[in-house]
Amino acid sequence: MTLLSAPVETVPIGRQRLSDLPRLAKRHPLVFIGGGLLTLLIVLALAAPLYAGDPLNMDPFKRLQPPSPEMWFGSDNLGRDVFARTMFGTRISLMVGLISAAYAAVGGLLIGILAGYSRAFDSVAMRVMDGLMSIPTILLAIALISLTGPGIGILIVAIAIPELPGVARLVRSVVLGVRERPYVEAAVCGGARLPKVLWRHILPSTIPPLMVQGANVCASAILTEAALSFLGVGVPPEIPSWGNMIASSRLYLAIAPLTIFAPGICLAVTVLAVNLLGDGLRDLFDPRAKRRR
Amino acid sequence: MLMHTTIANDVLLDVQNLETHFYGDESITRALGGISFQVKRGETLGVVGESGCGKSVTALSILRLLPKLTAKTVGGEIRFHGRDLLKLSEREMRGIRGNRIAMIFQEPMTSLNPVYTVGHQIAEAVQIHTKATKSEAMAKAQELLRLVRISDPERRVNNYPHEMSGGMRQRAMIAMALACSPELLIADEPTTALDVTIQAQILRLVVELKERTGTAVMFITHDLGVVAETCQRVIVMYAGRIVEQASVVDLFARPSHPYTQGLMRSVPDRRRGRQRRLPEIPGIVPSLREPIVGCSFAPRCPFAIDICREKTPILRDVVPGHGAACWRAEEVMGA
Amino acid sequence: MAAYILRRMVSAIAVMAMVGMFVFLLLRLAPGDPAAIIAGKSATAEMIAGIREKLGLNDPMPIQFIRWVRDMLGGDFGTSIFAGRPVLELIGQRLEPTLSLSMLTMIVSVTVGVSFGIVAAWRAGGLVDRMLSAFAALGFSVPVFVIGFFAIYWFAINLHWLPVQGYQPIGQGIGPWFDHLILPTLALSLGYIAFIARITRASMLEVLSEDYMRTAAAKGASSYAMLFHHALKNAGVPILTVVGLCFAYLISGVVITETVFNVPGIGRLTVDAINNRDYPIIQGVLILASGMYVLVNLAVDLGYTLIDPRIRY
Repeated sequence: MTLLSAPVETVPIGRQRLSDLPRLAKRHPLVFIGGGLLTLLIVLALAAPLYAGDPLNMDPFKRLQPPSPEMWFGSDNLGRDVFARTMFGTRISLMVGLISAAYAAVGGLLIGILAGYSRAFDSVAMRVMDGLMSIPTILLAIALISLTGPGIGILIVAIAIPELPGVARLVRSVVLGVRERPYVEAAVCGGARLPKVLWRHILPSTIPPLMVQGANVCASAILTEAALSFLGVGVPPEIPSWGNMIASSRLYLAIAPLTIFAPGICLAVTVLAVNLLGDGLRDLFDPRAKRRR
Repeated sequence: MLMHTTIANDVLLDVQNLETHFYGDESITRALGGISFQVKRGETLGVVGESGCGKSVTALSILRLLPKLTAKTVGGEIRFHGRDLLKLSEREMRGIRGNRIAMIFQEPMTSLNPVYTVGHQIAEAVQIHTKATKSEAMAKAQELLRLVRISDPERRVNNYPHEMSGGMRQRAMIAMALACSPELLIADEPTTALDVTIQAQILRLVVELKERTGTAVMFITHDLGVVAETCQRVIVMYAGRIVEQASVVDLFARPSHPYTQGLMRSVPDRRRGRQRRLPEIPGIVPSLREPIVGCSFAPRCPFAIDICREKTPILRDVVPGHGAACWRAEEVMGA
Repeated sequence: MAAYILRRMVSAIAVMAMVGMFVFLLLRLAPGDPAAIIAGKSATAEMIAGIREKLGLNDPMPIQFIRWVRDMLGGDFGTSIFAGRPVLELIGQRLEPTLSLSMLTMIVSVTVGVSFGIVAAWRAGGLVDRMLSAFAALGFSVPVFVIGFFAIYWFAINLHWLPVQGYQPIGQGIGPWFDHLILPTLALSLGYIAFIARITRASMLEVLSEDYMRTAAAKGASSYAMLFHHALKNAGVPILTVVGLCFAYLISGVVITETVFNVPGIGRLTVDAINNRDYPIIQGVLILASGMYVLVNLAVDLGYTLIDPRIRY
C-alpha cells in the first residue's frame, strides 16, 4: 500500500536565465499557473487590511444583506462583511497550510533519513508510522485536538502529525535507493563517514521529491484545517477562517448563499493552486512521469 | 509479364508501394518508403535487414497493428487473396488476424499475458474465430501444445507464462498462432531473444510445422544464416526500402546489391578460418526523418558514383527473378 | 500462503496494539483528572473518588491498559459519559445510515471511477481524457462540504428535486431512503471517483503498451476483449490498492458528509462526542476505524493473489 510514495527520479536542472522564462512557462505551464495563483493569493492575504473592511465588525441592522457596493459579497447572520472575512480567511488557510506542511516535511525528513540510516531505528519508526497511518486523518486530528480544545497551535500540530508517515516513507525510500547508487558507495569506499555522506550526497536527492510531497501535504493540510473548522474543532470560532464561516452560515444557505459559496470557492481555488504547483513540480523533476500520465 | 499473370493465382499476399509513416512531436519518420513484394502460397519468404530498416513495420502494417496515434500507412495496397486489407473495416480485419494471417513476436517473455494460463490464451484464439465451446477450445489448445512439442501438455495448458522457460513460451506463441491454421504466418525475429541451442530447436520446429501444415511463412530476421536454413526466397531491406530480392540460392551465389554483399561479409564464416576482425559496413544508417535524395545506401557504398547521389534507383530485375535496386547492379553482381 | 497470512495477522495485531496504546493514552494525557472528566462538571469530590475506584484508576498504568484491552476484546468498549449507555450500543444504533452511505459511495466511486479511467486510457488525449484531467483537478481540490452545500443549494433548494437533508431508515421504504442518500453520496463520491479514475487511467495506459496487448490484437481480439479481458486484470493491482485506500479512509469523509446533510450516523456521533468531550465514544470510534483499516489492508493484500498469479506469498 505504498503506492503514493514511489521514489521520484531526479533530473538536474541547469542554471536558468530570466530570458528563458517564456519557454519554461510553455514547457511547465502547471508550475506557472499554480505558482502564479498562489502568489496572487499570498499577496491578497497579506494586503487584506489595505483593501478589505473590518472582518469582525458586527452590524445587527445589516444582517444577511445581498451584495452591495459597500459589501461586495453581502453580510452574514451577524451583519459582518463576507468579502472582508473571506479575504482575511486566506491568511488563516495559507498560514495553517504552509506551517503544517513545513512541520510535516521537516519531521518526516528527519524520521525518513534516520530510518534509512539506522536499521534499528527503522523497524521501530516504521511500525509507529504504520500505526499512525491506520487512523484516518480527520479522526486522528480530532483526537489530538480533543486533548486540549481548539487552538491554532494544537491545530497545526494535529494536522501535521497524520501527514508524517507519508513524508517519512517517501524520504526513507529515496535514501535507501540512493544508498545503493555507485557514487555513494564510492564515497563510502573512499573513506567518507556515513553521516557526512548522508549530508553531502543523500540529502540533496531527497529535496525534489520532498518539494512535490510538500505541495501535496500543503493542499491536504488546507483541506483538513477547513474540515476541522467546519466541524467546530479547528480554528477558534471568533477567528474568520473559511471553515468557520461555512459552519456558522450553514443555516442561511437558502437566504444568503454567498456566505457559504464565497469562502467555499476561495478554498477550492487555493487548494487547486497548490495541487497544480505540486503536479507541475513533479513533471519538472520527473519528466518520465509526465509522459505516463 | 505473361509469366507473371500465369502465376498470379499462386500469390497469397501482394504488397504494392506500401508506405508507412511515424509521427513524432516535431518530425515525420518515413519508415517504409514504398515497398512491393509478394508471398506465394506455401513458400517461406525471408525478410532481412538491420534493426530499424522497416522489417517489423512491414509486418505490423500488413496486420494493421501499428500504434494508432503515432503511425499511419499512407499509401499502397496490401492484397490478400486479391482483397486490399487496407480497405477492410476494423471488424473484417479482426476476422483475418489470428485466423488467416497469424503472427509470432520477438519477445516470448513479454508477449504472453501474465495473468492468464497459456491454455486459456491459446483457447481464446480458437474461440474468437470458431464456434468452439470453452472445453472444446481447451482440448484444441492441449493438442496444439503437443503439436509444438511441449512435453506433458495436459499439465502445461494450466501453466501461467511465468512458470515456463523462454523457449517453451515461444512454442506456446507458435501454438497460438497456428490455432486456426492460418494461410500466412508472420514470424518477427522469433528466435532473437532465445539461447542459441533453443534458437535452433525453434527454427527446426517452424520449418517442420510449415511443411506439415502448408502455411506460407514470412520470416523476419537480421540473421542471414537463419534465412539460408529456412527460406526459399529473400528480400533484403535497407532504410525502409527493398534493395534486393531473389531466391535464397541466387542471393548467396550472386548478391547484386552492395549492401547485401556487405551483410554477407560481416557474417562469421568457419570456412574462412580465423579472421583478425569481421569486416563491417562503414558509416551509419541514414535518418528517415528527412527525405533522402538519391540512393539511401550511397554514402556507405564503395561502388557509389554521381548518379547514385542524385537519383533513387528502383528495384529492377538484373537477371529474371533476381531484382536489385542499384544503378550498378550488373557490375556489383560480377564483383 | 498460510505462513504469510499468519505473519500478516501478527503485524496487524502489532499495529492495533500501537493504536490501542495511543487511544488509551489519549484519555490519560487529557488535561485534568480522567475521573473528573467522566464524572462531569457538577460532580462532587466523593463522586469523583467513587468513579476513580470503580474504573481502577488508582492501579498502575500497565494494569489499567491490560484491563482495558481485555474488556474491549470481550465487547465492552466502555460507557458513554454523556448518554450513560454502552459505547458499542450507541455505535450500533448509528450503524445503518453510515453503512448505507459508505456502501453506496463505494459502489458509485468504483464503478464510475474505473469506467471513467478505462475510457480515458483507451482514448488517451481524447475528449474524455481531457475531461478526466479537469474533473480530477476539481475532485482533488473542492472539499466534500463545499460540494455538499452546492448540491443542496442547486438540487434541493432551487430545483426541489431532492430532500435538503436528513435520513430515512431503509425499513420505511427504499424510495425515501434512496432519495435522502443521493446528494450525500454524490458529494462524498466525487473525490474518490477522481482518485480511482486517475489511478485506473495511469495503470491501464501502462498495460495497453505492453507486448501482450499486441499479441491479443494479433489474435483478432475485439476492443472490448482487449480492454476488459486482457488489460483490466493486469491493471488490477494498483486499482485494488486505491480502492482499499478509499475504503480505509472513508470514515473521514463520512464524518463531514453526515454533518453537512444532518445524517444521524457514526460521523455525527463522533462530532457530538468531541463537543461533549465524551472520550469513551471517541476511543471506540478510533479503535473501530483503525481495525477497519487493518482488515481492509489485509483483504487487499490477499486480493492481489486472486488478480495476479505471479504474486504468491
